[in-house]
Amino acid sequence: MNRIPRPLRRRPANARRTAVLLAACLSAVALGALAFAPGAFADLFTPQSGGSPNANNIDSLYKITLYVAIVIFVGVEGTLFYTLVRFRARRGAVPAQIRGNTRLEIGWTFGAAAILLVLAIVTFAKLSSIQDPVNSGPGGDSLAAAADGDTLYATSNQRLPPNGKSLSIKVIGRQFIWQYVYPGTFLKTSNPDLLGQPYTYEDMVVPTNTTVTLNIQSLDVVHSWWIPQLGGKFQAVPGLSNYTWFKIDKPGVYRGQCAEICGRLHAAMIAQVTAVPPAQFDQWLSNLERNIAAADAAAAAARTNLNSQTGASAVENP
Amino acid sequence: MAISTASRSALRPVPQIVADKVEREPTGWYSWLTTTDHKRIGILYIVTTFFFFIIGGVEALMMRLQLAVPDNTLVKPEVYNQLFTLHGTTMIFLFVVPMMAGLGNYFLPLMIGARDMAFPRLNALSYWLFLAGGIVFYASLFWTPPEAGWSSYVPLSSIVYSPAGGQDAWIYLIHLTGLSSLVGSINFYATIANMRAPGMSWGRLPLFVWGILTYSILLIVALPVIAAAVTMLLTDRHFGTHFFDPSNGGSALLWQHLFWFFGHPEVYVMVLPGFGIVSEILPVFSRKPIFGYRAIAAATVCIAFLGFLTWAHHMFATPSPLVVLIFVMISSFLIAVPTGVKIFNWIATLWQGAIEFRTALLFCVGFIALFTIGGISGIFLAEFPVDWQLNDTYYVVAHIHFVLVGGAVFTIFAGIYYWFPKMSGRMLSESLGKASFGFMFVGTLLTFLIQHSLGLDGMPRRVYQYRNYGHLALYNMISTVGSFVLAFGVLLTVINVVISLRKGANAGPDPWKGNTLEWFTTSPPPVNNFDVVPRVRSVEPMKDIRREVERRTGVTRSGSAADIPVPAGATRVGH
Repeated sequence: MNRIPRPLRRRPANARRTAVLLAACLSAVALGALAFAPGAFADLFTPQSGGSPNANNIDSLYKITLYVAIVIFVGVEGTLFYTLVRFRARRGAVPAQIRGNTRLEIGWTFGAAAILLVLAIVTFAKLSSIQDPVNSGPGGDSLAAAADGDTLYATSNQRLPPNGKSLSIKVIGRQFIWQYVYPGTFLKTSNPDLLGQPYTYEDMVVPTNTTVTLNIQSLDVVHSWWIPQLGGKFQAVPGLSNYTWFKIDKPGVYRGQCAEICGRLHAAMIAQVTAVPPAQFDQWLSNLERNIAAADAAAAAARTNLNSQTGASAVENP
Repeated sequence: MAISTASRSALRPVPQIVADKVEREPTGWYSWLTTTDHKRIGILYIVTTFFFFIIGGVEALMMRLQLAVPDNTLVKPEVYNQLFTLHGTTMIFLFVVPMMAGLGNYFLPLMIGARDMAFPRLNALSYWLFLAGGIVFYASLFWTPPEAGWSSYVPLSSIVYSPAGGQDAWIYLIHLTGLSSLVGSINFYATIANMRAPGMSWGRLPLFVWGILTYSILLIVALPVIAAAVTMLLTDRHFGTHFFDPSNGGSALLWQHLFWFFGHPEVYVMVLPGFGIVSEILPVFSRKPIFGYRAIAAATVCIAFLGFLTWAHHMFATPSPLVVLIFVMISSFLIAVPTGVKIFNWIATLWQGAIEFRTALLFCVGFIALFTIGGISGIFLAEFPVDWQLNDTYYVVAHIHFVLVGGAVFTIFAGIYYWFPKMSGRMLSESLGKASFGFMFVGTLLTFLIQHSLGLDGMPRRVYQYRNYGHLALYNMISTVGSFVLAFGVLLTVINVVISLRKGANAGPDPWKGNTLEWFTTSPPPVNNFDVVPRVRSVEPMKDIRREVERRTGVTRSGSAADIPVPAGATRVGH
């Protein structure tokens, strides 16, 4: 209101200086913390990354959003704080009887919408690099090459690398352990009566430099597959298949755990992915197949033995 | 009186209820059981829900104690699962939603110049249904409480994986509190639509009433969906149907859709009345009109509408088509716009004001600060590729608590500090109140800010134990310490209320120089609320009335309600 005499509207200059100083400190702290973030407390501000390109791209999308968010945060909280300091009731202070300002209100409505539009565009620009698998590297595992149209679990919903070749692993959630089924060759041909696929629990072994596509399912309740450094979470919903992928360059162990409450021992349902060089992986997988085949054979022998002892022929496969 | 008689004679009579006799207000416990007075029902609601708030808070503290150090063995895993199920369900269904119903019950009729709700006996029924829901739910403590979380995802909540009756107690809680809210919402709607003071057009409706109006409409639309969903769960559990059983042609994903179609609007049910409370308090203590009344009312309605289009953002990690994910991301972004507009409007209301730092105002300002953080973290969660990393982690826990502690708890406390003088006739202690605010504000920041980092560090929610990798031990300890600071702040307000009920200074009818009609009557108001209902000429009828009093008497501040002359257009009744 312009009718209020000028001297009455003036607030002491030091209040404004304090507020500006505080706003400056606030942004300095935020930016300083960000600058230190890559050091000891990298986990303070950004999601985990470094295992697979999709996780890295989520991380960079997060960081872009974070920079926008810091500007909004400092702007809004700074204005709020400044307003509280500058316009606190004092002797002789006359509150301005303003009821609104249409132009200002239209302005900030479109301003807010514009910021979100930019973020939506950035998300769309990043989307493909996060959800679409890349091709395996030149030294990738040979099993992945066989995946072209031959994978057991690839369906029309599953995204495959541009060349269509990936190592497809089935992830099965159950209370309270993860099971992984690998595309084997030996078991399938040596004994077609058996399940025909090698499998492990809890620890998934994968070749480096190879695109691994996951087909995530559940046998009982809803679980959620999550290895933070290898990209996001995907729920294992009984009756449905969910898909994701990763490609690991460095050998190592990547830890994670079930992220959807699945019962009393939800916290114990851990998962880890061990990445090894392709040659070592092939060796490991064929050993696994042989071990499983040997165990299956031993079990079959034990069953036959048991049958002949008891004379019961119906104890085939309980 | 002389003035009123003179001014009245010149005016057309306004139809009013004429009371021949006013009976003394009945007292004693029996009168509370049988009451249909909206103010008493409001107090019943407020006291009961606050009791549940304390219980839910204790459950939260027990969880924070368990998580204070890695690999803790303080509570067993099933007990931990029961704790977070009880905590979430209690805070939502037994605290925030019915607390808003309680504040609405007490103040909505007063603010619109009505003498009671449209259906007083239905109003009583709503309270008793709510209480029955709470009792049924907490009775499960004596057997096995539910363990599947407040969202009770199937198949975990099915009879195979949750055989105990606690899950059924949860279902009955949803049924009973849902019915309570449905009846209450229809009552609110009917009251607002039909019983406003003369002259109170939709454009002069107090913003808290706009909040309760949208709260009611959201509940009326969303509750039948959850009522159907939990009934389907009940028949799946006990009568052999297979709605959610994938091995028999059902769908486990269907539950998530039905639950969140209700669950997301429920979030707005919890915060929109709070937005209304803030929109009432800020103008009073900055001595300025609300900035952009129409924009705030329109934003409220916008949020309510968009609130129905965003439910699947809770389901970004499910096997859902890309087009669904994109649609929900856009709609979630859209809803941030009206919410942002409100925050700008509130700050603009403070701008160039003469801000009096009363406790109620501090809680409002604390709300703006905290809710802004919750809103910003919401933008990260709306980007579905980012959400793939963040969902079901402590990042989400941090987000919902900034939204709900900021948007609901702080606004409720603001409402308590603002309206306690009206309800009790006594003032709360300002110094205790400010201390309470300080502890609660710092406690909230300590507890929940670091939880963003816990989530980014890889800690999923709802785990009873964690291994110490990254900085999990440090972050969790900070959060646990913060939760006790927050709890201490709440305790100070409880102490404040208990002391002030006996020893608080006399409040008088209008201690804050309020803008709305509840300040027109005595504190606490008589059974019939108003002997006269003034004609409303603006959004701030009490400001008009005070100005009129000043004009006629030459005195700048009126003493008590009895001295307030009848404004033009009103008729005195009774006595």
